[in-house]
Amino acid sequence: MALLARADVVVVGGGLHGCSAALHCALRGLSVVVVEKNTVARHASGVNAGGVRRLGRHPAEIPISVFSMKLWHRIAELVDDDCGFQPAPQIKVAETEAELAALSERAALVRGLGYEHEELLDQARLRELLPAVAEHCVGGLASMGDGYAVPYLTTFAFQRKARALGVRFFEETRAQELTRDGTVWRLSTDRGTVEAETLVNCGGAWANLVAARLGEPAPVEAIAPMMLVTARLPHFCDAVVGATGRPLSFKQMPNGTVVIGGGRRGVADPETDRTDLRFAELRLTARTAAEVFPVMAGATIVRGWAGIEGRMPDDIPVIGPSTTEERVFHAFGFSAHGFQLGPGVGSIMAELVATGATQAPIAPFSIGRFQGGGSLAAATAPVH
Amino acid sequence: MRCDLAVIGAGPAGLAAATRAAEAGLAVELFDEQPAPGGQIYRAIETVPAPRRALLGPDYAAGAALAAAFRASGAGYRPGALVWNVDSQLNVDFSQDGRSRQCRARAVVVATGAIERPTPLPGWTLPGVTTAGALQILLKAQGLVPAEGVVLAGSGPLLLLLAEQLTRAGAAPRAIVETVPRGRLSAAARHLPAALRAPGYLAKGLAMLRALKRAGVPFHRGAEALAIEGADHAEALSFTAGGRRQRIESRLIALHQGVVPNQQMTRLLRCEHRWSDGQRCFLPVVDDWFESSVEKVFVAGDGAGIGGAKSAALRGRLAALGALRRLGAGEDKRLAGEAAALRGALDKDGAVRPLLEALYAPSAQILAPADDTLICRCEEVTAGALRKAVALGCPGPNQAKSFLRCGMGPCQGRLCGLAVSEVIAAERGEPQQTIDYYRIRPPLKPLPLAELAAFDVGDDAGDEAGDDQDAA
Ligand SMILES: Cc1cc2nc3c(=O)[nH]c(=O)nc-3n(C[C@H](O)[C@H](O)[C@H](O)COP(=O)(O)OP(=O)(O)OC[C@H]3O[C@@H](n4cnc5c(N)ncnc54)[C@H](O)[C@@H]3O)c2cc1C
Repeated sequence: MALLARADVVVVGGGLHGCSAALHCALRGLSVVVVEKNTVARHASGVNAGGVRRLGRHPAEIPISVFSMKLWHRIAELVDDDCGFQPAPQIKVAETEAELAALSERAALVRGLGYEHEELLDQARLRELLPAVAEHCVGGLASMGDGYAVPYLTTFAFQRKARALGVRFFEETRAQELTRDGTVWRLSTDRGTVEAETLVNCGGAWANLVAARLGEPAPVEAIAPMMLVTARLPHFCDAVVGATGRPLSFKQMPNGTVVIGGGRRGVADPETDRTDLRFAELRLTARTAAEVFPVMAGATIVRGWAGIEGRMPDDIPVIGPSTTEERVFHAFGFSAHGFQLGPGVGSIMAELVATGATQAPIAPFSIGRFQGGGSLAAATAPVH
Repeated sequence: MRCDLAVIGAGPAGLAAATRAAEAGLAVELFDEQPAPGGQIYRAIETVPAPRRALLGPDYAAGAALAAAFRASGAGYRPGALVWNVDSQLNVDFSQDGRSRQCRARAVVVATGAIERPTPLPGWTLPGVTTAGALQILLKAQGLVPAEGVVLAGSGPLLLLLAEQLTRAGAAPRAIVETVPRGRLSAAARHLPAALRAPGYLAKGLAMLRALKRAGVPFHRGAEALAIEGADHAEALSFTAGGRRQRIESRLIALHQGVVPNQQMTRLLRCEHRWSDGQRCFLPVVDDWFESSVEKVFVAGDGAGIGGAKSAALRGRLAALGALRRLGAGEDKRLAGEAAALRGALDKDGAVRPLLEALYAPSAQILAPADDTLICRCEEVTAGALRKAVALGCPGPNQAKSFLRCGMGPCQGRLCGLAVSEVIAAERGEPQQTIDYYRIRPPLKPLPLAELAAFDVGDDAGDEAGDDQDAA
């Protein structure tokens, strides 16, 4: 097959993680090729809810989430574009005393790990931050220094900056087979072969293609979280809001539209790259939104959509080196919360590629946790 | 709620499809947004008073028989029902009387017809600017005609038909400003012999032009560089014709540049579409039973490509036969025989189309709007802003949504979709087919959140699970 390109690094997948890894590798002076089977940002990275959230992270994710957050707050320095990033509190609302008690425990856990970003809100403070919240809400948990951004613009900005630094993107190009020739990886695609010393697998819901070729299959499930957006409403909410006892993610954009998600799932078909919405589920999303914010009862839905995302059985991603082959690194399976992690994880990947190691605590994310029985439980235990 | 065949749209195509399928014994449900059958062309056909019916002419009156046959067919009918989603399992989600419900169908006929092509030109979003189609609706449904002389501007048979109908109703337009370029007629003339095979059309067209001339309606031909003047309301239309700039005062201006298939539902269903150079728009790909690339989804009427009312009814029947065949509800040989006759009639009726398409191709001005002309009215995006996004790297309509929010407003891109695809294609120097169109997401029209919250899906209720605490 004809040679398509040769580089130091080939990245499979043009989502935010692929673009971010490519950009950070280029910043370290490496030559990089990205292959993307559709178009950059076509999947999860271009259509997600845009939540930039440290709040409520799995303990293993907190360190990398905190690191990524620092990059978000000066995102324009990294990619020459503000990515539509708006600092805003992220708040998880408690609808019952029992939920508030659970949030209080959670706050203690995070403090115990040495982090200060999550704070418990009593009812008065919750009202102050969310004047439109329903009467029955008794308190909440907030991370004041979080925010949200515009997903497609973000991913595109990473691509553009990477391109400016010499990264070559091959879109509509599907990675197929992987073979090794001495120190060179040969990645065949439907448009030719790419040769590189290092391969980075950022294939999202499709990442198992590469993992399986390496003899370390990973149980990535393709899921389709669904979203709704309303027509413009008068301004009533400044924070990104979630619920504790039921799925909800909720924010009002600067233009007045309200974006509602929360993880209720439609039908994902990774073979055809399609999703179907399930309105039977979305009606529950609509109900929850109206119950937490009564003003929403008068809102109008203008559009719904879903995106294909890779989910791991333990809801945390795979990040780190292959356990079977040298010079292959994975970053996939972000389980519906990987947008916020994009800037940070890309930097960690580049560190791994360039130096072979990283200071970041990524052991819990090893792909090894899915190989063989014993290692699984050990690897998924939260790091304290 | 279940049915064998769900038909969406009660114009000639939908009425004919529903009638034929019900006569064959299928359980049919016909959904339509309007309160009564007829679609755009035969709007209010069952209730129109005799004088108005006479004024609208014999082609309009022909719709009465279609509506009557439908009423007698035993097909289920849901007037005032807005279909806001059809999923890949052919569940039809619709809103009627403020309540949303679901009907599970075994096959679907999409007969959602045509919409007027968007006409982005300077001032087209000012109050006082409307479309020829909108004026005709007022005339058919309520017998209303403009109090002040309207200026009709653009091109297409509907423009002339409306002019004639208004004239007969005693509200002759102040002027017709036609954008068909000089020389187009002779270029289109090569389609004339073929067009003569379609009975009646040309004679009717010429009669229409003569009637307008007799009535003394000023007719400006070969107009270019149209602009609607006015600060907060239309005051005049200016244009260049016959080598000089002209200006006609009016506070009511109706634009028209032909009609194109309403693609929203076929796009939602992810039917394959192909660009048509002749019709200058995307058409769903259909086979000779009018079945789309999605099995058991049929597209009849103008939604499958502009063919007019007669062809629409023929296509509707053909689609019904296709559905009968697919559902195993008819004897193959008899269906094939009936279909062959319908195809013959379609071929004949469609013979006039190449001439009309060549003659009334949309004007260059609206295909490449000036930089400061609004292209997406919902989100107020100009053609220039779109070109800038393309220069930055925006590769297609779906990405333009993220760059500019164009197509993200309440109309879901219905009004800007084609113009956006055209501008991006021209800017990138790629064919429209490559640039493609917006992906269309449900609901097709805005849906009250409270109505969604009370959505009745029958036996397939969603469970309370839903467990990624996230996607925050
Ligand atoms: C509706 C929705 C809402 C969400 N909300 C949030 C949120 O608010 N906050 C948050 O932090 N996260 C959120 N997420 C999750 C977040 O979007 C994802 O975790 C993140 O974008 C994953 O990025 P990625 O690069 O790994 O995957 P993707 O964006 O899916 O990119 C993977 C890419 O790899 C390509 N690819 C795969 N296989 C091949 C191959 N063989 N050859 C070539 N290319 C290939 C795919 O085409 C794809 O483009 C949400 C997700 C969804 C779907």
